[in-house]
Amino acid sequence: MYNWDFYTVLQSFDLFLDGIWTTFLYTVGSIVLGVIIGLLTCFARLSRFAVLRLFARSYQELFRCTPLLVQILWAYYALPMVLGVTISNTTAGLLTLSLYVGSFYAEIFRGGINAIDKGQREAAAAIGMSPIQTMGRVIMPQAIKKMLPAFINQSVIQVKNTSLLYAISVAELTYMTSVVNSETYRPLEAYSLAAVMYFVMLFPLTQIADHFERRMRRSD
Amino acid sequence: MTTTQPAIAVRGLTKVFGKLEVLKGIDLDLMPGEVLGLIGPSGSGKSTLIRCLNMMETPSSGQILVSGREVAPRFRALGNKIGMGELRRNVGMVFQHFNLFPHLSVLDNITEGPRVVLKRPRAEAEALAMDLLEQVGLADKAQAYPAHLSGGQKQRVAIARALAMQPQVLLLDEVTSALDPELVGEVLSVIRRLADKGMTMVLVTHEMGFAADVASRVIFMEQGRIAEEGSPEDILRNPRSERLRSFLSRFHG
Repeated sequence: MYNWDFYTVLQSFDLFLDGIWTTFLYTVGSIVLGVIIGLLTCFARLSRFAVLRLFARSYQELFRCTPLLVQILWAYYALPMVLGVTISNTTAGLLTLSLYVGSFYAEIFRGGINAIDKGQREAAAAIGMSPIQTMGRVIMPQAIKKMLPAFINQSVIQVKNTSLLYAISVAELTYMTSVVNSETYRPLEAYSLAAVMYFVMLFPLTQIADHFERRMRRSD
Repeated sequence: MTTTQPAIAVRGLTKVFGKLEVLKGIDLDLMPGEVLGLIGPSGSGKSTLIRCLNMMETPSSGQILVSGREVAPRFRALGNKIGMGELRRNVGMVFQHFNLFPHLSVLDNITEGPRVVLKRPRAEAEALAMDLLEQVGLADKAQAYPAHLSGGQKQRVAIARALAMQPQVLLLDEVTSALDPELVGEVLSVIRRLADKGMTMVLVTHEMGFAADVASRVIFMEQGRIAEEGSPEDILRNPRSERLRSFLSRFHG
């Protein structure tokens, strides 16, 4: 019988808390930057200028079709060689996570905007609204409702993706768990506890996504 | 000057979609107070024509002039041409499928234009909206959302929304085509009253009886051209061409 010993592991609880805090910061930081990048990319893809569309599309495909772990390692180890400057693991991590999630957000935003009937755009134009007023007052308020479930799902994935920063020694929850493990030699307890912590953070979020999805289906 | 200027003038208008030439050179003067009925088989270009009048479709060539001023195919004014923004503040449109804003109440649908585009204060916009809702018989629905209205009610709100901009011209693009037959009457009677008040209107319609009743002039379109035009009496009761006759016979005209 395995002799469970959570006591030893819980003595390092402050390390877990540090890890959770760092995970939280990288999540929020990369989501905020990702939303900005995603919006810019989305509007570039909907633009009438072919150069902008091509540029946005290339960025998106590059980040969607390569593994995030490879991107993180490349930004930390390879990019400094290209640029000739050192890049901290914080910068490399935040930058990569933001660009990665931004490429997916852009697709979610674009889908939400395209899902709005073109009659809405025409009706807004017909009362003299400018393209920007149309977007802000007619299209976006309706599109956001349609985007919300997919947006929250992608953000849930984003929280879990911060764990890949382990590879470049960012002190987020997974990395801190490995620290606890090497101090206590209790991998079963340590990693189980980490899993529970991720679950507790994310389960409410998936419930919110489900709630919005149900509400959306009702109003259709 | 005593000569009246056309509210909208169309000069040499063409519209091409890909290889399809939908409008092949249209010239048209819409005088203030006129109610112009556009009839014709589907694919004749009547819907494209009415949609060019407020630049919902950009003409391939030719000009649209509103009160004598040419319209540029962009939102803002360009030189001495007015922009599409100004055009659409003066020329309202009602659509076949209503296109009400589903996220706004009936009242907010109507006040949106005056408040956002004309920058009117909320109280003033709401007073005007309530007055218009009264006119279309829907004052009790001010707080309702479009999803809870019947098709006829939606279309009457859409008409009120267009009128809230106090346009000089109202374009009505098959506004009863998506309605159940029993709901057509309530919308037509609203349009009838507008015509009686002297509102300048263009209507694309399949309701021949209504066109005969409300229009002051009727244009029969075919294959992207104006095939026949005249008083409702001439066009609908005494068609000259065989094509118009066979078109009308399908409406037991």
